[in-house]
Amino acid sequence: MTRLASGGLVDRSRRLAVTFDGAPLVAHPGDTLASALVANGVRLVGRSFKYHRPRGIVAAGVEEPNALVTLGAGARRTPNLRATEVEVHDGLVAVSQNRWPSLRRDAMAVNDLLSPFLSAGFYYKTFMWPPAFWERLYEPMIRAAAGLGALSGERDPDASEKAFAFADLLVIGAGPAGLMAALVAGRAGARVILADEDFRLGGRLNAERMEVDGRPGAAWAGEVVTELAGLPNVRLMPRTSVIGAYDGGTWGAVERVSRHLAEPPADAPLDAFWRIAARRAILATGAIERPIAFPDNDRPGVMMGGAVRAYLNRWAAAPGRRAVVFTNNDDGWRTAEALVAVGIEVAALVDARPGATPPAGPWLAAAGAVVTGTRGRRGLRAVRLRDAAGERWVEADLLAVSGGWNPSVHLACHLGARPVWDEGVAAFGPPADGVPGLLAAGAAAGAFSTRAALAGGAAAAAEALAALGLAAGTVDIPEAEDGPVAVTAFWHVADAGGRAWVDLQNDVTVKDVALAAREGFRAAEHMKRYTTHGMATDQGKLGGLLGTAVLAGLTGRSVAETGITTFRPPWTPVPIAALGAGGQGQGFAPERLSPAHTAIIARGAPQTEAGLWRRPLCFPRPGEATVRAACDREVRMVRSTVGVCDVSTLGKIDVQGPDAAAFLDRVYANTISTLAPGRVRYGLMLREDGFAMDDGTVARLGPAHFLVTTTTAAAGEVLAHLDFAYQCLWPELDVAFASVTDHWAQVAVAGPLAREVVNAVIDAPVGSDGFPFMACGPVSAAGVAGRLFRISFSGEHAYELAVPARHGAALFDRLVTEAEARGGGAYGLEALNVLRIEKGHPTHAELQGRTTADDLGLGRLVAAGKDCIGRGAAARPGLSDPQREQLVGLKAIEAGGRLVAGAHVVLPGGHTTPPNDLGYLTSACFSPTLGREIALGFVRNGRARTGETVRVVCLLRGHDTPAEIVAPAFVDPEGERLRG
Amino acid sequence: MRIACPLCGERDLREFTYRGAAVLLDRPAEPDPVAFDAYLHLRDNPAGPNAELWHHAFGCRAWLRVVRDTRTHAILEVGLARDARGRLAPGVGEAVVPAEGEGTA
Ligand SMILES: [Zn+2]
Repeated sequence: MTRLASGGLVDRSRRLAVTFDGAPLVAHPGDTLASALVANGVRLVGRSFKYHRPRGIVAAGVEEPNALVTLGAGARRTPNLRATEVEVHDGLVAVSQNRWPSLRRDAMAVNDLLSPFLSAGFYYKTFMWPPAFWERLYEPMIRAAAGLGALSGERDPDASEKAFAFADLLVIGAGPAGLMAALVAGRAGARVILADEDFRLGGRLNAERMEVDGRPGAAWAGEVVTELAGLPNVRLMPRTSVIGAYDGGTWGAVERVSRHLAEPPADAPLDAFWRIAARRAILATGAIERPIAFPDNDRPGVMMGGAVRAYLNRWAAAPGRRAVVFTNNDDGWRTAEALVAVGIEVAALVDARPGATPPAGPWLAAAGAVVTGTRGRRGLRAVRLRDAAGERWVEADLLAVSGGWNPSVHLACHLGARPVWDEGVAAFGPPADGVPGLLAAGAAAGAFSTRAALAGGAAAAAEALAALGLAAGTVDIPEAEDGPVAVTAFWHVADAGGRAWVDLQNDVTVKDVALAAREGFRAAEHMKRYTTHGMATDQGKLGGLLGTAVLAGLTGRSVAETGITTFRPPWTPVPIAALGAGGQGQGFAPERLSPAHTAIIARGAPQTEAGLWRRPLCFPRPGEATVRAACDREVRMVRSTVGVCDVSTLGKIDVQGPDAAAFLDRVYANTISTLAPGRVRYGLMLREDGFAMDDGTVARLGPAHFLVTTTTAAAGEVLAHLDFAYQCLWPELDVAFASVTDHWAQVAVAGPLAREVVNAVIDAPVGSDGFPFMACGPVSAAGVAGRLFRISFSGEHAYELAVPARHGAALFDRLVTEAEARGGGAYGLEALNVLRIEKGHPTHAELQGRTTADDLGLGRLVAAGKDCIGRGAAARPGLSDPQREQLVGLKAIEAGGRLVAGAHVVLPGGHTTPPNDLGYLTSACFSPTLGREIALGFVRNGRARTGETVRVVCLLRGHDTPAEIVAPAFVDPEGERLRG
Repeated sequence: MRIACPLCGERDLREFTYRGAAVLLDRPAEPDPVAFDAYLHLRDNPAGPNAELWHHAFGCRAWLRVVRDTRTHAILEVGLARDARGRLAPGVGEAVVPAEGEGTA
């Protein structure tokens, strides 16, 4: 055990059952998995990505590159979590990654011996040929060897959630700057959200020993949090990582809602993905300490100085017994002091700055000195120093490294602004106005002292409040440490030989960077791609700047000049399940149900998806084993007796107003204004570019009242189109319209006995004379006011009866019952489709966006005497070229010949090559009426080819069928049946 | 991105659908294929303010004329398309540079 005897922000009165690779750890509430590992003396926590080198914990926060673990088992297995961010709970089971068979004996560690051959670009250069081997051999092999953790591959049993929040001020980060900003804004009455990825608010105040306002920093933070929690206008969001800045003051954030709970409430989401809209924001994200590259700087026991202090002070966990501190800045000295304060021996305080005056203490203080190597197979045992006196080994199991601090400016750069080099702190600082409305404060703005952070947070809040029109009260800045920043950039111990890592997670060394520079990859972005520096979960948080600084040195440029790779969202990895929350299974898309749905289900119809709608495929009867068998019977039933089909899903738009007819004349290619009240007309809509958009019927219910229908699929598109036509093109028209798709249930009754069935249901029967083909009018059915349309999609004598949606199921049931009494029954989507193909009616298989009215054989519909959408562009010569593909029918010549949609129409006698290609099929089916397969399709100059025999070829399915080109109406081309 | 619909107030981007340049408001009066070719296909591509049409499809269904800076996505101006029609709908940046302080941040 290496838990210190006292101190720390953990609850020692409770012990939690936590295991790592099967071994129990002593852990307490307040621990992270990383602090528990440190407190239990576990040093080896993972293997590196490429060389499988032993690795230990390096950091204490989001920047941790090594301690990636997999939590949970079975379907709940979650890989690649940073142990430094995992909050322990009772029953937590964590396992290490990227090792086999075990962490101590990793078979792939042989890669480390091969390292001279595994330099940057090795894979690209070596596994080049033959190309087919990439997919089958090289890539799977490389991925297996160089892997992070693996997903379970099972369905995720947990749910995540999406959530939305609004604020005047979003404060990102709850360290001294963030807490102060939230306090100032909260007291002023602004709606504040304070988000921090840690579960304990306070930031570095929890990790350091310095005082704020005369008491320990953590205590001051606790008091501020208590005050903020009591303000109704302030929302505290711990465990929430703000992951991206987006346009217009929108922020993305991920909240870990129940990952930290041993027994989460049954309805608690795992994570919540937040969209936060904030009028102003403050970037108080602090800074991340950066490493120094020296030989073998990757051994377990080499740790960032700030992380050492965090483990000592926040978690009372000792990462070693005898330490060496290596720094290029005054802040590093604090690590030596913190170690000694808890009784840990400090062998040496090594300061790389020649003129530095490190404080005297129970240590060897050396200025102008460097670390030139380390020793220890699975953990650090000795450190090699070089100073004026020469080079020597010092025994140590902990090496605390401080290379200076990088402000965490990532979010400020998400909209494309570049960070700005700040020579004073030897780091990149936030761009001014990189995100409109965002102000940086504290360490994120390069203000590294505690006092400067507190003052900066208060000042940023005051500025935000002024922009919001709120007055900031007077707030005293608490007394706190206010030391100057004293740092001299120092990146790399050169001329020491060996391998020095710049990116621990991706196993990138100084040598790799040098190779990249030598081979011409001198830009930071190119070097990143060539070496994989700054990729994976880490994204260069720890070593990103170090790598580019080394590149700068090697290419004789300044760091500012070389720049750093682009910061993009997300700031921390986001589970896909959180981004897609609610989108699994039924939540993937809304589900629309017809008002007749219950009656359809009651008749045992299998359902299919038609856009968002659920529609019945068919209504099988006993003995019908296939959809096809039921469909064939339903088609014959409609042609011989009567069938009933729910068509409520068709789009319906109610159009009213004195100018309704004029408006419809402009949106339909054909003339609508001449339609008499009580009559229905087919209508074809064009897009403005002259191509067909949608078709349907237009019923004139009164002089200034129309009901238009759209195809099921295009209902939304057509409504938006009408909105556009009215609001953007002709707002002077006196017309109003609204979708009534969901208001009306509509049921088609088709077949020779259709009128009998309809008359059995409506209160006042209709006859042939009073209600001819294409008539419409009000009716009542069982006292319910409805509408009757005599229209036909099947080619049979047919009606569509509409009633308010709440009566849909009853109407469907009643009509089917009446039909069954006459030898008919219900029919589904399959039969509906066969019936319309037999009749040659186009649907969206034919109105697919590339066909004109003329292609569809509807050219005569386009009225010449009026303006309408699409008329001008339809006059372009290419749109009426006779060589265009025109809608035709195709009929298999042999009874067993196969026609399938997508098959190509090919000239007989030639090869199946593009020059012989005449067109393609769009809809195909077996026609029970004709006893063979038929199809609709588009064929070059097709109408003139009527009667020709062609080949219909589907190379995918191996079909090659002789077929005859016919007019696209296979049944009753004269239309006698529907008028009867 | 957030757009302040004149009828509904400021709303999230996802309530809106994008149609394209606001030149679509100036539909040719005559069915001339050449004029329609320009109307449908010829567009400026300004790096800066651009007048566009957005549909508040998941809100009030109003078509909006929005001036957006293509470099920053700053929304500089929002109005109902029906009111904008008849006015010259600028497709080029110079015509719609907003006054100081105008627009939403
Ligand atoms: Zn609106």
